[in-house]
Amino acid sequence: MHEWALAEAVIVAARQEAEKQDFKKIAKIQVKIGELQQIDLDIFKFALENIQKIYDDLSLEEDVIDLEVEPSILKCKVCGKEWNLQDLTGRLKEDESEAIHFIPEIAHVYMRCPECGTPDFEIVKGRGVWIQSIEGVL
Amino acid sequence: MFGFSLSKGCFNQSMDPRLSVIGRRLEKVENIIAVSGGKGGIGKSIVAAASALILAKNGRRVGLLDLDFCGPCAHIILGTDNLYPEEEKGIVPPKVNGISFMSIISFTAGCPWALRGSEVSNAITELLAITQWGMLDYLFVDMPPGLGDPALDAIRLIKRMKYLLVTTPSKVTLDVMKKELQVLEELKMNIIGILENMKRKESESLRSKLGDLRVPFLGSLDYDANLEEATGNVPELLKTGFARQLQEAIERFI
Repeated sequence: MHEWALAEAVIVAARQEAEKQDFKKIAKIQVKIGELQQIDLDIFKFALENIQKIYDDLSLEEDVIDLEVEPSILKCKVCGKEWNLQDLTGRLKEDESEAIHFIPEIAHVYMRCPECGTPDFEIVKGRGVWIQSIEGVL
Repeated sequence: MFGFSLSKGCFNQSMDPRLSVIGRRLEKVENIIAVSGGKGGIGKSIVAAASALILAKNGRRVGLLDLDFCGPCAHIILGTDNLYPEEEKGIVPPKVNGISFMSIISFTAGCPWALRGSEVSNAITELLAITQWGMLDYLFVDMPPGLGDPALDAIRLIKRMKYLLVTTPSKVTLDVMKKELQVLEELKMNIIGILENMKRKESESLRSKLGDLRVPFLGSLDYDANLEEATGNVPELLKTGFARQLQEAIERFI
């Protein structure tokens, strides 16, 4: 499962940052997940829990990871039209959706601006997985 | 941005966790060789792919990563287009002719991919963060042309890359390659050497033109009229004069 690789990235990055900040324990990790990546939250949580066990020196408390999905915003570079993944519900084929799940920028292969039809748009919000903040005990 | 109290601290900056695992994904790869040269059309992809094939044939564990996202072509040289990575704690590159091969074509279904620099950066980071290469003796990276975002990202993200620079006898390609070399030296990158491709006349020999460059000259590959025919047919490709000369060049730095 591809979610494992991203979950491992979250745990390893949090661990590195906790060391830098001299945290004895991590109290909270706020993780944002872009809608475009279409992460399966159950699989992601399962992976996070299992990877935490591998890195048990992290001293993570229970329910320490807070996950929040950020809605996507895509914006056309040519005409300025904004849209999101929800607007395309049912229009993307399963394999196209899966390719975007692996690499969100693949959206440029399968999506076009709904107004002017160009592939020249930007992903303004809602790509990938990132850490918003880490709280720790000093 | 930091707010600390005596007992509690908070790191409050948005952080890209992918950067923390790229080194791990590549930690069991002994040698990472970037095949580059500045200009497009000078044979970087065929040098990268054929080098990988030659070493794999000689029993080495080899990978090939096509980082030319906007013009991927290593799969055409390998004669394959239906490539689906397996999912196993990330994605595992499919095996093609004994090579672990990763290309963006696994996700683009042969369609064109037009995207801007910052999004290329994100896509490169994503691919490097999720690809589980496993144990390899050599990973060849088919670099994109130029010194824009993709090339700079590869330098930033793949720390142990050594550069094999390809050029042709053309003054134009030689000049662009020298500029890339200058930047790579400035960035203190490890340069394996320079390989001349598509040599047509002995008098064109690049060796004399390299003059004051303090970089090993790895040899010349003659222009091979049979190469186009063999492209996409691996057994035939490995029988070409190009492949024979490339093997001799590889032996100078392996």
